[in-house]
Amino acid sequence: MIAAADVTPTWYLLLAAALFAIGCTGVLVRRNPLVMFMCIELMLNAVNLSFVAFSRTYLDIKGQTTVFFVLVVAAAEVVVGLGIVVAILRRRPSANADDIAELKG
Amino acid sequence: MIEVIVFIAASLMVIGGALGVVLRSNPVHAALSLVLTLFGVAVHFVSMEAHFLAAVQVIVYAGAIVVLFLFVIMLLGVDKVEDLRTEPMMRQRYLGPLVGVGVLGLVGTAVIVARGRTIVQSVEGLDTVGHDANVKQLARSLFSDYVFAFELTSVLLVIAVVGTVLLARRPNKGLQAAREKAGVNA
Amino acid sequence: MHLLLSPMQQTDKLISPSVNWGSLTPLLVLLGAGLVLLVGAALSARGWAKGLYATLTAAAAVAAGVLQFVLWNSTVHHGPKSLVGEALVVDGPSLFIGISICAALLLAALVTDDYLRREDIDSPEVYGLYLMAALGGLVMAASNDLIVLFLGLEVLSIALYVLAASHRKRIESQEAGLKYFILGGFSSAFFLYGVALVYGATGTTRLRGPESIKTALALTVETDKHRALLVVGVALLLVGLAFKVAAVPFHSWTPDVYQGAPTPVTGFMASAAKAAAFGALLRSVVLSMPELRDDWRPAIWVLAILTLVIGSTLAVVQTNVKRMLAYSSISHAGFILVGIEAAAHGGESGDRGIASVLFYVLTYAVLVSGTFAVSTLVGRSGDGAHGLDSYRGLGRQRPVLALALAVFLLAQAGVPLTSGFVAKFSVITAAADASSYAIAIIAMLAAVIGAFLYLRIIVSMFLEDGDAEGERVSIPFGTGAAIGISVAFTLVVGFFPGWLLELARDAATRLY
Repeated sequence: MIAAADVTPTWYLLLAAALFAIGCTGVLVRRNPLVMFMCIELMLNAVNLSFVAFSRTYLDIKGQTTVFFVLVVAAAEVVVGLGIVVAILRRRPSANADDIAELKG
Repeated sequence: MIEVIVFIAASLMVIGGALGVVLRSNPVHAALSLVLTLFGVAVHFVSMEAHFLAAVQVIVYAGAIVVLFLFVIMLLGVDKVEDLRTEPMMRQRYLGPLVGVGVLGLVGTAVIVARGRTIVQSVEGLDTVGHDANVKQLARSLFSDYVFAFELTSVLLVIAVVGTVLLARRPNKGLQAAREKAGVNA
Repeated sequence: MHLLLSPMQQTDKLISPSVNWGSLTPLLVLLGAGLVLLVGAALSARGWAKGLYATLTAAAAVAAGVLQFVLWNSTVHHGPKSLVGEALVVDGPSLFIGISICAALLLAALVTDDYLRREDIDSPEVYGLYLMAALGGLVMAASNDLIVLFLGLEVLSIALYVLAASHRKRIESQEAGLKYFILGGFSSAFFLYGVALVYGATGTTRLRGPESIKTALALTVETDKHRALLVVGVALLLVGLAFKVAAVPFHSWTPDVYQGAPTPVTGFMASAAKAAAFGALLRSVVLSMPELRDDWRPAIWVLAILTLVIGSTLAVVQTNVKRMLAYSSISHAGFILVGIEAAAHGGESGDRGIASVLFYVLTYAVLVSGTFAVSTLVGRSGDGAHGLDSYRGLGRQRPVLALALAVFLLAQAGVPLTSGFVAKFSVITAAADASSYAIAIIAMLAAVIGAFLYLRIIVSMFLEDGDAEGERVSIPFGTGAAIGISVAFTLVVGFFPGWLLELARDAATRLY
């Protein structure tokens, strides 16, 4: 039944909604900031997928141009976010024996 | 037919990778799952004839952003990164799946309701003829309609660079030493 | 830019939009000052003379503000216009909010200079980021395209993430930066998804003018197919912006971030970022989607009421003054949302609502900058003394400073003869004019509850004795000037509000 259908933009939009929902859930349930950044990237990717799908629907290039901007923003965000993480971890006492003893590997 | 198979295969990559990011406890595994998702999205871009974006997706996202993630994880050590915890939204953790399902339900319904609609405003149309049509069109849009936005991204990148310098720089030892010396002399 | 484009124009017939450089000058001044500062600081081995960075920043803020006044005059004579291919607009609300942001930048630069000296941090980058953040705010308030708005939002937000984390010696500052970053990125993603769905429903991201969302809505709003997509898109836009303005239930980041960030940065966040975010809310939803107002006005209504009630009540139970001020800023966001709700009614009362929002944003920006300037001084070196007990006996130790803080707090509480009273009054009357009586009454009750908080700080300053051995609060020149300007503005507008109200009303009607 699926094979009989054409791949319409709606399929991509539903996939994007699912991807956004997974990313959104991830930001809310995970506690590791790096993984939270990754989940934000998932959300942005879902947005990109939607933009390109809509660009298909309208036969309009603007949606694709927007994705270009989102990519730049994502890159800038990641750079700053990772900068903050590095700054925090460098400030913490590096030889934190208690923590290391508790780690499971 | 082939389109459907490609769609399903790429979608499995996207969703599988996304679930991997959320569910894998090791940040390195999460980052590698992210690569899977990003490649899946790039495949979708190709099948929607957004060739330039597909290339950029692989180069910038998979090539630069994920590598940056892995680089930071390796730099700081996996153990240390796993030790890092933050709780920006206290007491809202249990809301996570609920919010996710809510967003999916809302957007999904809206998308299905809006299915197969007609085009409302006249637009120039996507040109897919010629080997670099997509790039040309994108460039034209970027430098005409969106030229201000394009210039604004340069400010964004300046901020990213300056911000990282500010965050990652150690206190200026040379300057402090010079100041102390001046203080002693005075 | 022209040099780059013209050869292409000849070969490929690229039609580049004409650039009206004159109207872009406020943005160019901020950008230019930021770049000069960063490059100059990087090239000079020993750094510039102390205070020069702040002077340059303050001068740029003043220049950008004055240029916007000049643009205001030309708007009055020649009418509002759009710039760079409809990417930006120059009209009443954009200039009014732009001037508020420039005022916030000026005050923040004055306070930050002394702060950085006290904390012994030498960072020209901080000023560069302030300038760029203000640029982003100006773009947000003036954008006529959701993509431009989003980029302005990111310019502002990313600069603020770094600024919040910029105090290298305090781990709280960096953790605040991290929290702000994660929630900011999260909310940006929501906003962007909203942009995508609105684009999907209308085929454009332009807000007003020809071939824009506004005209598309006028054409297609009757088809239910688009409506669902559009409504969900607008809901996501609202979620994203509600995070930025710290409306309940999207406020949970505010107290932690306000507490952890360096105090002058907190002041800048509470003034400039809030002004810009309300400008964006006004521009993206209120002014561009009037046809859809029956769908989004109830959401604003709920946000306004929750924000008023929860912001005011939770503020009372805090013991850290920065957290108190964070909750108070949440409740102020609630008051501004009351104005937005009135603006949503459209027509005559809608214009009054817009005017009240503009007035509130400007007076609150100055007020909160002044409050955090005092709080910066009381925080003493290390920026840690923000408990209520640090304020004990301030009235005896530093009577002038305590008096200034008392003026700010009374104004925030909405006591007559201060700018805060006029702002609250105009918002509530705008709501009553638009026959939103329920919200007007709740706003008044919230003002009364909120007053307890401010009185608590005042009581502890004047009526309680402080510990004698505490470090004496010093008042350096720059911060003193910032506090002086804020007090003068608060009282002048409190006594003679007519001219500013008139200006705000005028601005609200001069729309692109």
